[in-house]
Amino acid sequence: MTKQAQPHMLLRTYPGWFYLPAALVFGVFFLVPTALAFYFSLTRWTLFDATFIGLDNYTDFVGDSQLVSGLRNTIIYAIITSGLKVVISLPLAMLLTSSIRLKALFRSIIFFPVLVSTVAVGITFATLLRPSTGLINTVLGSIGLQPPDWLGNPNLALYSVALVDVWKGVGIAMVIFIAGILSIPPDYFEAARLEGGTWVKFRHVILPLSRNATFTVILLSFIGGLRTFDLIWTMTHGGPGFASDVLTSVIFKQYQAGFYGLSTAGNVVLFILVTIIVYPLMRFFNRLELEL
Amino acid sequence: MSKRTSLLLALVILMLPLLAACGAASAPTSVSPAATTTTAAAPAAATTAAAPTTATTSGGAAVTLTYLADDSQNTQDTTKALAAAYMAQHPNVTINVEARPGGTEGDNIVKTRLATGEMTDIFFYNSGSLLQALHPTDTLVDLSKEPFIANIVDTFLPTVSQNGQIFGVPTGTALGGGILYNKKIYQQLGLSVPKTWAEFEANNEKIKAAGIAPVIATYGGTDTWTSQLFVLADYYNVQKANPTFAADYTANKVKYATNPAAIAGFNYLQEGNQKGWYQKDYATTTFEQGLQLLADGKGAHYPMLSFALSTIATNSPAAVNDIGFFGVPGTDAATSGATIWMPAATYIPKTSKHIAEAKDFLAFIASVAGADTITAKVPPGGPYLIKGAKLPDTVLPGVKDIAAYIDSGKSGPALEFLSPVKGPTLEQLCVAVGSGQMTPQQAAENYDKDVEKAAKQLGLPGW
Repeated sequence: MTKQAQPHMLLRTYPGWFYLPAALVFGVFFLVPTALAFYFSLTRWTLFDATFIGLDNYTDFVGDSQLVSGLRNTIIYAIITSGLKVVISLPLAMLLTSSIRLKALFRSIIFFPVLVSTVAVGITFATLLRPSTGLINTVLGSIGLQPPDWLGNPNLALYSVALVDVWKGVGIAMVIFIAGILSIPPDYFEAARLEGGTWVKFRHVILPLSRNATFTVILLSFIGGLRTFDLIWTMTHGGPGFASDVLTSVIFKQYQAGFYGLSTAGNVVLFILVTIIVYPLMRFFNRLELEL
Repeated sequence: MSKRTSLLLALVILMLPLLAACGAASAPTSVSPAATTTTAAAPAAATTAAAPTTATTSGGAAVTLTYLADDSQNTQDTTKALAAAYMAQHPNVTINVEARPGGTEGDNIVKTRLATGEMTDIFFYNSGSLLQALHPTDTLVDLSKEPFIANIVDTFLPTVSQNGQIFGVPTGTALGGGILYNKKIYQQLGLSVPKTWAEFEANNEKIKAAGIAPVIATYGGTDTWTSQLFVLADYYNVQKANPTFAADYTANKVKYATNPAAIAGFNYLQEGNQKGWYQKDYATTTFEQGLQLLADGKGAHYPMLSFALSTIATNSPAAVNDIGFFGVPGTDAATSGATIWMPAATYIPKTSKHIAEAKDFLAFIASVAGADTITAKVPPGGPYLIKGAKLPDTVLPGVKDIAAYIDSGKSGPALEFLSPVKGPTLEQLCVAVGSGQMTPQQAAENYDKDVEKAAKQLGLPGW
């Protein structure tokens, strides 16, 4: 009983109004703007005035032909990036937790892109991927391949950006996996070593026991993929035409055009959409969470 | 993780997108050229002969005027030269030019400063449809009773007016919108300037056969605005076919998708794609690369605004005299002409603390001396809209071509100077048609929807 009471007593010695500063900051900079956003999404907002127009912005936004392709692209992008990040970073994490030389160096190299600003990555890759003068196509051309126009081909642009996103994000996924693998009790590895080789270790120890890490990676990169903006904007501006437009870039273009109410409505739609997709996923993963 | 905390975490994570789209990003993707680069070393003699000033402020108390202008080299040179020349004549007045970003980001800065009452004493901004979005009758000082308005060429005034009031004076030159072409290629292949679209097609076939890209398209990076010229610069032909187009368009009575003359520009974009007129890698070529292709003779035509001539003068001074200009050809040789872009203007917000002094400075801008001051610093990309202001004899050949259209009365302003309505996604739609992802019909229909949104935003009647 005393063990339980101790921290409880400690908590009580701090009065409730200690919450106030944090609540104030949270309220002013977070709750109020969010509530205002919901209100302004119902207006025609020109900065000089805002006229209440009911749900017109929502019907406009939903009736927008760009929205459909934007939505499709967003989901494709989120699935590709989160899927590839798991598939690539799990084996990497396994490799870099085993006893190999230069382990720390390789970990740093793979983690490095995470530290670079996304905008810088976008601009750099846009240059590297130029069709005839870019480094990547020059190299591919010199070994006799017929390289595509990565960002200029409307059928390819979205996937090219997704691959760059994977390159940039694989480091953070790998770190999460490394943490997951290192938290597996060594007894299991011992047993796997007696049972068989690397495959057994991977299939029957690491894969099932790093499930929490896998869920975290999938969830984080899926949400990241749904909300992606900076990389797409710096690499293609949603183009060519509308070929790589995602929800956020559609919304941003509305904002740029001065349709503030419409763009706010778009953000509310995005918010609801992400909630609808991610919340059940999160509940599902939480149910399957492992206690090691 | 308990259920409660995970729920909270989920909420926090999910709220992020709301904030994400509010900040960040700054790419200038305006429909008007956002960043014009003009650094041709013009003689720095900024001080010119006395200007016909209307008020008598010399000798008065010391006054400081602040002057907000976009940060392009062209605009900064223009506004600073004007300020320096004026200050030399009026020692009691100091004018400080402040820079702001161009493009859409600049639009938002101007709107925000006006809405919050923190605008500078005078400011430089686009005329035409962009001005209308500033609600000028509420925010700007009416100049219609000022004597210096009489110095301004009449065709300019509607582009800075609302409800019968006039708000700005032209600052800089008008521009031609049409096709820049390489005269050397025309000489070598024995071609002549096309007066109809059919002639243009025939020229393009010969140019293509000679191994040169007939038309330069630059859809790369932030330069997608360049894709719109076939549509926007075709407006002279549109209004020849439909004399009341601008009024009907503003009143929601005519649509791009259902008007054969209006949709022609979209058809041209598709034709260029289907007939292989565009150069290799057009999807990623940038504006400056496009100008280089034209100057080097690797591309024959570039649909563009004439301010680009001064960029060529800077980057390829040897080639700029080989670059000419013609308007987008239409169906009938007898009615061929060119579309004109009006200069930006200088305005006084109602919140200015020195309205009398600001008006006197505007009188200087709207004088021949003001125009000469600009010419001394920035090579003109077209004619001034100040009565009596002349272009120097050294003006670029392409600009002479534009002046010829204007002098012979075969020119008219672009739609954005006649109607307050302009849809914001035109550049993406043009790229989509020009790169074969969309048909002209689809693009025109999408554009009409876009226009509807913009018109509703302006609160126009009939939408």
